[in-house]
Amino acid sequence: MEGQLVYIGLAAAFGLFMAWGIGANDVANAMATSVGSKALTIKQAILVAAVFEFLGAVLAGGAVTSTIRKGIIDADLFAASPELLIYGMLASLLSAGTWLLIASHHGWPVSTTHSIVGAIVGFAAVGIGLDAVMWGKVGAIVLSWVVTPIMAGFIAYLIYNSVQKLILQHDDPLERAKRYVPVYIFFAAFTITLVTIMKGLKHVGLDVSPANSYFIATGIAVLIAIIGAIAINRIQPNVKREKKQHYYTVERVFAVLMVITACSMAFAHGSNDVANAIGPLAAVISIAKTGVVGGESTVALWVLVIGGIGIVVGLATYGRKVIATVGEQITHLTPSRGFAAELAAATTIVIASGTGIPISTTQTLVGAVLGVGMARGIEAIDLRVVGRIFLSWVVTIPAGAFLAIIFFFIFKTILP
Amino acid sequence: MLANIFGTSPVRPLEKHVGVAYQCTRQLYPFFEAVLADDWVKAAAHRDIIDSLEHKADDLKKEIRQKLPKSLFMPVPREDLLELLLVQDKMANRTKDVSGLVLGRQMKIPDAIAEDFLLFVQRNIDAAKQARKSVRELNELFTTGFRGAEALLVESLVEELDRIETETDGLQAVLRGNLFKVEDTLGPVDVIFLYRVIELTGEIADMAERVGRRLELLLSH
Repeated sequence: MEGQLVYIGLAAAFGLFMAWGIGANDVANAMATSVGSKALTIKQAILVAAVFEFLGAVLAGGAVTSTIRKGIIDADLFAASPELLIYGMLASLLSAGTWLLIASHHGWPVSTTHSIVGAIVGFAAVGIGLDAVMWGKVGAIVLSWVVTPIMAGFIAYLIYNSVQKLILQHDDPLERAKRYVPVYIFFAAFTITLVTIMKGLKHVGLDVSPANSYFIATGIAVLIAIIGAIAINRIQPNVKREKKQHYYTVERVFAVLMVITACSMAFAHGSNDVANAIGPLAAVISIAKTGVVGGESTVALWVLVIGGIGIVVGLATYGRKVIATVGEQITHLTPSRGFAAELAAATTIVIASGTGIPISTTQTLVGAVLGVGMARGIEAIDLRVVGRIFLSWVVTIPAGAFLAIIFFFIFKTILP
Repeated sequence: MLANIFGTSPVRPLEKHVGVAYQCTRQLYPFFEAVLADDWVKAAAHRDIIDSLEHKADDLKKEIRQKLPKSLFMPVPREDLLELLLVQDKMANRTKDVSGLVLGRQMKIPDAIAEDFLLFVQRNIDAAKQARKSVRELNELFTTGFRGAEALLVESLVEELDRIETETDGLQAVLRGNLFKVEDTLGPVDVIFLYRVIELTGEIADMAERVGRRLELLLSH
């Protein structure tokens, strides 16, 4: 295609910018719970985030990327003029990136997912026509934005309730924690591994049968649980600290678990959110190289790698500061509560990633935190702020759409 | 962002507040020792400490109230926590009232009841201390969702608190009886105020007991 280097160059630049923004801002919300509960130091959190965001993006980010790339708009309508789709995707990336920049500057809690979906729907509906949008799929995505926080909340409620009933409400909580926490570790590792194997490995060229998937996932989860159990057994009760805070040592046992759920959370976040930056990029690359719409069937691995690198760079340059700030603010979240929220959110997100649904990580996590609150786990949750976070997508979608439409017409005029 | 959804937890501030209130009541013993020794300079010094601690408790109270807006979602009703705060604060208030009264009128405690009176003061202070011990379990109560072993522990602490309060009631009755026996030898106005001092001091344990009642209420939700 003519000018393909320009298109690919622009898309890569915008995509990296988005990925950088996700790493700089979004990751903080995923990791801050672990830092706030002192399960991880900031340095450890950065390391965990860098490794697992990258793995999540590359191993399990394919399905959501496909959805962003070609699930929201009807590509057939662009067959006659594929360059329009390129302009649109470039406009969407720039729009979402710009909106995120504005929002972060003002401290508004917006979601990358909502801005990119709003942007794509916006340019397609206005720039091409209402038919260009696959409304059924968009409806399903919007519905998932309501369902996933509720689902995460429900799972978090069940998990924290079980922690109270099995461990905290007994008079020998430490012994019980040592016995049950490895079981939670097993479940955390099992869920993440299973979804990755079943849904993710296809994109890296491996195909594993369902039976084998369960087998491998169980094996890996048992291994991680054993390592966790060894770490837990080395924890000695700190009698002095327990005098002031009876659950001090118990929480340290949960802190081991929280290292695992923090990895899961970073992985889940990478698997879902990298697509917001990489989906449009993948679309542009595919069209620019082949000249036709929807040529290649899967997302090239190197594109996912670019997304992963962008996130890690964002994390390293700016994200560490944000994680430190947010972590300092979240101090009520002890490991026993934080893990319940993280595990519930990570499970929900990874399942959504496996199904290819782009959801908001932050809102899912907020839902999970509310679930712990419902189980009487959190001293105080400010419902006004919760309301503001959930309402933010009502603003973000039209904002993303509006900016995308403007950029779309600009690109249409100035690009070859 | 995400961090802002966590409202300011009232737990640590409440624990801190009850600590200050107890420290305030504790000054009452050296205060009355000075009064009995007729050392009004020393008594005034202790009264100053009481005053500043009562102030500090008041400031903490206002701060906690401000940080508990109605939009907070908490495992226990906000009103119950505010009520707990209020009775905690009253322990300090009564201490201030009684020390102010005694110092202002330069009251003399008759020798006949002096020993019993000091014991009575001490047991009231003990009640406040037990209230502090019970409230300091709040954090653990929130962790366990107000159920199970921790809830039982708090119940036992509150039972002990009730026992101390009942004891102060008994001491108060004995004190009144002994005062009645010697009241003819004292000035009538002085006697009226002595009864008032005994009553106000006894209210410290009453307030401590109400702290226990409030904690029990939290457990029943």
